[in-house]
Amino acid sequence: MSETAASIDDRHLYGLVAEFESVEELEHAAEKAKSAGYEAMDAYTPYPVEGLDEKLGMKPTRLGWIVLLAGITGAILGFGMQWYSNVVFYPLNIGGKPLNSWPMFIVITFEMTVLLSAFTAGLFMLGRNGLPRPYHSIFNTPDFDRATRDRFFLCIETRDERFDRDGTRRFLEDQSPVKVSEVER
Amino acid sequence: MAVQAGRGGLIETNRVIGRGQTSQGIDDVVNTPVLSDVKRTPLWWWIGFGISLSLLGVYLISVVVLITTGTGVWGNNQPVAWGMPIINFVWWIGIGHAGTLISAALLLFRQPWRTSINRFAEAMTIFAVVVAGLYPILHLGRPWLFYWLLPYPNTYGLFPQFRSPLDWDLFAISTYASVSVLFWFIGLIPDLATLRDRTDNRFQRILYATLALGWNGSAKAWQRYQRAYLLLAALSFPLVLSVHSTIAMDFAVSQVPGWNNTIMPPYFVAGAVFAGFAMVLILAIPLRKALHLEQLITKRHLDNAAKLMLATGLIVVYGYAVELFDAWYSGVEFEKYMAYNRVLGADHWWAFWLLIAANGVAIQPLWFRSVRQSPLALFIISIIVSIGMWLERFVIVAVTLTKDFLLSSWGDYVSTFWDWSLYIGSFGLFGTLFFLFIRLLPSIATTEMKELAHHDAHHGSDSFEEARERYYGEEARA
Repeated sequence: MSETAASIDDRHLYGLVAEFESVEELEHAAEKAKSAGYEAMDAYTPYPVEGLDEKLGMKPTRLGWIVLLAGITGAILGFGMQWYSNVVFYPLNIGGKPLNSWPMFIVITFEMTVLLSAFTAGLFMLGRNGLPRPYHSIFNTPDFDRATRDRFFLCIETRDERFDRDGTRRFLEDQSPVKVSEVER
Repeated sequence: MAVQAGRGGLIETNRVIGRGQTSQGIDDVVNTPVLSDVKRTPLWWWIGFGISLSLLGVYLISVVVLITTGTGVWGNNQPVAWGMPIINFVWWIGIGHAGTLISAALLLFRQPWRTSINRFAEAMTIFAVVVAGLYPILHLGRPWLFYWLLPYPNTYGLFPQFRSPLDWDLFAISTYASVSVLFWFIGLIPDLATLRDRTDNRFQRILYATLALGWNGSAKAWQRYQRAYLLLAALSFPLVLSVHSTIAMDFAVSQVPGWNNTIMPPYFVAGAVFAGFAMVLILAIPLRKALHLEQLITKRHLDNAAKLMLATGLIVVYGYAVELFDAWYSGVEFEKYMAYNRVLGADHWWAFWLLIAANGVAIQPLWFRSVRQSPLALFIISIIVSIGMWLERFVIVAVTLTKDFLLSSWGDYVSTFWDWSLYIGSFGLFGTLFFLFIRLLPSIATTEMKELAHHDAHHGSDSFEEARERYYGEEARA
């Protein structure tokens, strides 16, 4: 059931990882862990599991607000660039038409809004997730390659206040996992 | 295995995903061909890739001839300053609309059938936009100066003409291309991580691990990922609509009779979706056979794509009718003559009637379920539609320009060898990229399919699907 890795001393221990066969078992274990008071934990799944973030006690992401700000910035930059070049920098009277012919500026303003907000959404997501990242302790978990296939992992990290090498292991083993492994930092 | 063999051969299904699909099954059927050894690459891939590569050679020769000689090698003239390069540009960019529409719009409308076709449709979009985007640059005559269209600090102290639709084009297409690549790549990250974890080959592991950026599938990562993906979809949907609208404004903002028309943007967008779905079908039908994906890209997908093709096709036909009505109702002599010249003019009447036959008449069989269920019939109709859409752009661009206001400036348009070699060669560029894609990357979003399979097995209410199957009889056997 459990793997003995006595070689890992406490300082080099990243956490304890339980491997589950199904989403339901993982969700159940996550709820149990949350009610047991664990906070520094994360689950690793091959596909997004709806509501798992709440079950693990995670706050909702604020990505949307950042993207909104980026979109507004893009709109101001896009319109500002056209307004500045046509009204301030190089005003050219063409047939008495207004210099600030704003309907003609809409398309580029729109495109700049989308460009800035889309790249903010994509790159901010990667950045906040710490990607690109060549090394992560969780990859030391035995059989972790199945986390992209058909297995579901729950990791309780050593930085959690309630973490206790033996107690946490017993707790995880009670959740009927395939196995519980100690993972090196 | 994902492909189930029945007594009558392969059992085709009308469900969004074949019955009883598992995570492992999806993984294996999609990723095995990608990870297999070079020596085990199937023959059809080498043939297709070889043909594409040869055509790419034709393309490169045409570009070299164009750049070293000048745009005089084309049939472009006065008054037809926009000949085949612009026709082909609009044709390719139209094809490049279905991918993002499938990924973005269908995601927002929560259509589960998008999942298995979105990845290769997005790839198709990106490659079509690459091919399309090169045409206006080559059409500049001095393509190496295309950066003059960008607003950058320069010694002339000049900005580009922001009031010109041609500059809008630059912003629209470059935004569309870059956002499409981003959307595609973000969608690919979990699948690249899957490939990283499946392979035993050192080179592949380094390649896919680098591209996967260290994705580990943590719940927090998925939470942000899903929000980002949803936002990208919400941003891409209006973006798709804006791109072809902007291209339509290249025409509509001018004063040329037949172009200066408010219906152009929506009519162009419908035409783009129409052509795009035709191309999705042209690619999906052989692909699902070649890669044995019949349980993932099911007849339901073909059926739905055909329905969308029919609906947008009818909008396009309505557009043709409104164009003619507007010409008559405007009371403008030049508009009326333009319409007459398109329909009955001595030089190009055949193009108009062929396009009506292809885009208006040939799609009518799609009303029948038996036609929508037949891959062969859909494949043939899609090819006819693609030709029809090319003819539509020929009529709009070339035929319209031949005879505008003054009799003294009327002319004719005759395409040249280099026009055609650049067009046929562009299939080589598209094909080369597409064949490399299906060999090196998973053509189906495995992560999303696993989610769908999980849903299907656990929470999916099968009652609708079952009622549908009862109504239409047993699952059709192919």
